[in-house]
Amino acid sequence: MSDKTKLPVGQEAIEEFGWLYAHRFLLLRRASQVFFLGLFMLGPWFGIWWVKGNLSGSMTFDVLPLTDPFITLQGFFALYWPETTALIGALIVGVAYALIGGRVYCSWVCPINPVTDGAHWIHEKLGMQKGWQPKQGTRYWILTMVLAVSALTGTIAWEVVNPISMLHRGLIFGMGFAWAFVLAVFLFDIFVSRRGWCGHLCPVGTFYGLLGTKSVLRVSAVKRSDCDDCMDCFAVCPEMHVITPALRGKDDDTPIILSPDCTNCGRCIDVCAMDVFKFTHRFDDTPAPGRVQRTRTQPASGASKAA
Amino acid sequence: MSAPQRKSSPMDRRRFLKDSARGVAGCAVAGMGLAYLVSDARALPAQAIRPPGALDEDDFLAACIRCGLCVRDCPYDTLKLAELGYDGPATGTPYFTARDVPCEMCDDIPCVVACPTGALDHGLTNIDDADMGVAVLIDQETCLNALGLRCDVCYRVCPVIDEAITLERRHNERSGHHAIFMPVVHSDKCTGCGKCEKSCVLPDAAAIKVLPRRIAMAPAADHYKLGWEDRNPLVDELIDLPDRLPGPGTDNLVAPGGYAPDALPDPNMDGGFAPSYSLPSMGGSN
Ligand code: SF4
Ligand code: SF4
Ligand code: SF4
Ligand code: SF4
Ligand code: SF4
Repeated sequence: MSDKTKLPVGQEAIEEFGWLYAHRFLLLRRASQVFFLGLFMLGPWFGIWWVKGNLSGSMTFDVLPLTDPFITLQGFFALYWPETTALIGALIVGVAYALIGGRVYCSWVCPINPVTDGAHWIHEKLGMQKGWQPKQGTRYWILTMVLAVSALTGTIAWEVVNPISMLHRGLIFGMGFAWAFVLAVFLFDIFVSRRGWCGHLCPVGTFYGLLGTKSVLRVSAVKRSDCDDCMDCFAVCPEMHVITPALRGKDDDTPIILSPDCTNCGRCIDVCAMDVFKFTHRFDDTPAPGRVQRTRTQPASGASKAA
Repeated sequence: MSAPQRKSSPMDRRRFLKDSARGVAGCAVAGMGLAYLVSDARALPAQAIRPPGALDEDDFLAACIRCGLCVRDCPYDTLKLAELGYDGPATGTPYFTARDVPCEMCDDIPCVVACPTGALDHGLTNIDDADMGVAVLIDQETCLNALGLRCDVCYRVCPVIDEAITLERRHNERSGHHAIFMPVVHSDKCTGCGKCEKSCVLPDAAAIKVLPRRIAMAPAADHYKLGWEDRNPLVDELIDLPDRLPGPGTDNLVAPGGYAPDALPDPNMDGGFAPSYSLPSMGGSN
């Protein structure tokens, strides 16, 4: 294993480009999360009602309706056909995320993301084992389960427990004991399962992932031949299995990260001192030669250690 | 995690099956837990009133996305989204507590207009048709009017005064020579706005309370007809009583079973008509 893997994650990028540049997408992302929450808080805090409602459904400037398409889908399963306003809202949101990547919702908007990122940070600081790691398919089972329960009970079932709306609605309309759900996710991610909630369980993220299966905006490991195996991208990626096919691909494999699990968070771009990754679109066919073959086992063992 | 490019051996396959079974079983358990929570969330407390136009509770929970737009557009801050653990209704769904802030029955019903999903039925355009619940004079021992005083406050504040709520004069048995003006709510006109409950002068809880229809009312027995509302007091096809024949007189009846007079009486006859046969009597018809 190269010495570089022993350096703190992202250290080389910071030395290479400076702290700010090596955190640019992280900072942008936090800004975006604050921005979207802030929009909703303008009303209750300052009486500026540009945006009313919450992430489940909102009305902006009294003209733009937005609705969570996953909630709308559960409504369909509960055999309810909503008014046009909600349908238009769901369509707008659905199309937007289908284009920019469904899980952009996760990394740029969802208020639980800072919570689970924080949990992950503490988890690493404590040097915890990765703990329980559900199988990759689990999240799809959970999504199916949620839709089944919606159909069986005739309700929008996930909203009874969804920590995202608990937190978001709680901040805007009043929390009650809803923080308990958020705390549960936080503790779960620290002590039970590394990246457990967002990476393996949350049906909302899973739904948005599926929604973005064919999304246009994607990250590409276009300069993968420069990769020096520092493994930093694997260490920061919340869904690290998405990197391998692109980064370790042969010449004729696409360097574009096509897995719908990729959240387009851009953190891999931040931490890579060799500037391997960049945002692009899925039709980008810039030639990206694979790396010169090395002794096979090294990167693989490094990857599974990072996992 | 990925363990690719290994030939699948029977061992692997068995493990795969075991893992899948475990996953499915886990999800089934989680699903049952979720279904339990959902059914738990269905229990709407009696004092939590849904906004105007709200669908039946079962449909409402399929329709309402808990966005709070109705809450935002209510000019009187009547509506709230239920908070987990503090409020009874399903978390995040809109409701109001009449004793705190009643619904002012806005003419333009902004809460319904704001609702993007139709959980508040957009078919409701006249607020007088709203049916949030029914007021019930639930404590007839402490209500001041029931005691024979003239409080009348709930009656006076009602936006549908003299239709939804009236004062009915009764004899005051206690004093022997006064009247009691009993507030009486009429369920077909009461919108359940809760103005009466809010205004009841009693110090703590109100003597008159808005309750959901499912609690406040008993379904009418459909085999029982109110003779003063329906001119035919009998249930069709159950009993047949004598039919009245055309012509003058009060007792020119024909008995069931085809017992008919031979001829109709002559209307020009002098001195009226005296039947030559005895008729089945109708108790109390005089
Ligand atoms: S996985 Fe779920 S909780 Fe995590 S960021 Fe995405 S939507 Fe939010
Ligand atoms: S009718 Fe008016 S007062 Fe009543 S809940 Fe709707 S907006 Fe509020
Ligand atoms: S506006 Fe409609 S969908 Fe939104 S919280 Fe109110 S009733 Fe529910
Ligand atoms: S709830 Fe009370 S105030 Fe409102 S309509 Fe009914 S009787 Fe009138
Ligand atoms: S306001 Fe209260 S005390 Fe007064 S008449 Fe109405 S119910 Fe009775």
